[in-house]
Amino acid sequence: MKLKKIKVDARYLKKRLIISFCIVILFLVFSVFTFKYIQNSSTKIEGTPVVLRRSFEWNEKVWSKLNSKKRLSIAKPPPAAGDEPRVNGDIGLEDEVDVKNYSIEVLKENKKIIFPLALFYSLPKVGYSTEFRCIEGWSEDIQYAGARFSDFLALYNLGKKADGTYYNYVGLETPDKKYYVSIDMESMLHPQTVLAYEMNGQVLSDENGAPIRLIIPVKYGIKNIKRIGKIFFSDLRPSDYWTEKGYDWYSGF
Amino acid sequence: MNCNKILIKEKHSLILRCTHWINFVFLSLMIWSGILIYWANDQYIKIPTWVAQNFSIRFRLAEGMGWHFFIMWGFCLNGIIYVLYMILSKQWKELTLDRKTLSQAIEVVLHDLKIKKEAPSFIGKFNAAQRVAYFLAIFMGLSSVITGLAIYKPVTLGALTTLLGGYKAARFEHFLLMLGFLIFFIIHIIQVARAGWNNFRSMVAGYEIEKD
Repeated sequence: MKLKKIKVDARYLKKRLIISFCIVILFLVFSVFTFKYIQNSSTKIEGTPVVLRRSFEWNEKVWSKLNSKKRLSIAKPPPAAGDEPRVNGDIGLEDEVDVKNYSIEVLKENKKIIFPLALFYSLPKVGYSTEFRCIEGWSEDIQYAGARFSDFLALYNLGKKADGTYYNYVGLETPDKKYYVSIDMESMLHPQTVLAYEMNGQVLSDENGAPIRLIIPVKYGIKNIKRIGKIFFSDLRPSDYWTEKGYDWYSGF
Repeated sequence: MNCNKILIKEKHSLILRCTHWINFVFLSLMIWSGILIYWANDQYIKIPTWVAQNFSIRFRLAEGMGWHFFIMWGFCLNGIIYVLYMILSKQWKELTLDRKTLSQAIEVVLHDLKIKKEAPSFIGKFNAAQRVAYFLAIFMGLSSVITGLAIYKPVTLGALTTLLGGYKAARFEHFLLMLGFLIFFIIHIIQVARAGWNNFRSMVAGYEIEKD
């Protein structure tokens, strides 16, 4: 394509040059100021500048609409039995754990129900082998087995309000309450979401959350809480350990 | 000749200049926030501690993700406007490659390095080396979005992740593209500095003054 040559007035050209340069410089200055304004904004929601927190929420809205329970985290060949899954983080795991007398406390409309560990072993055992993805950027294939969370809810009629609809959120905590997560009900009802007591063919190690933990492959590792001590349901979003530290609450794939 | 009249070529349209400078800001922010994310698991190229310290890129994963997933919308939208404009204005023809382009591009580089005396002639806005570089820039932009989506939503867009060789592969590809952009950026700045004022001004004011 050949460009046309045209004759123009010198003064017009000079004016155009000055205006164009001013616009580009103003635009760059504006960009820097907007960036600094967002970074330093006094309104922070859980440690994140309000604009970025709203952006997390906007992304959640967009992507959760595109998601469906039918979409599984892609199956992977299981790692060799006995391989210890990568350990990252020990918050909430400091205390000694008494596996024999271990139980999970579930709140059903403010009533405490105690579910002994053996009960989860008595539920249908389901297992998957897929990728576990850490928010730091690493990932590895894991195999896990336990009681499907949705089976557990259905069997004991948990997680539903008086009108029969599900609560919006599930909250989970370690026995010492030092680590806690909240997750949308939709993701908790995903078939691959499991209250796991086995990883890579062996019972959970202490570091990986013995005796029972959550494996939810449609979320980053931070949501896969180890050593569950308490489960409750709410329409208001329960607090979440990493969200309070500035991370995206949804953290889902 | 009339002294008040100057012969010019209208080189870059207003839309093209706007998308160019907006992209400069957005792409810089994407690379910066991407590095904040990458720091948390710098498995391909280790970020030296002194670099991490001096450029304060440590312990900013949450912040990096916040910016990355905010700016991505602007980056994509700006890219779509640019590509649509290139198609509708038929200017995409300025960036197509054919069998001769690559060998000519090498000749241009040899000329630039003062190894070869004559540069190959060209029609239109760009010489062969520019054609290759700008074609690659668009290709890398598109690829960054695709590989980025594959690691952002590996379940919802699981088919895409698989197509790219899996989650780990897609993450590596996304990283390579970032490196590609850094290299492009350096070469681009050197070339613009070499090409001189008339060329740089055309990306700001749009016109290039004809010498003859």
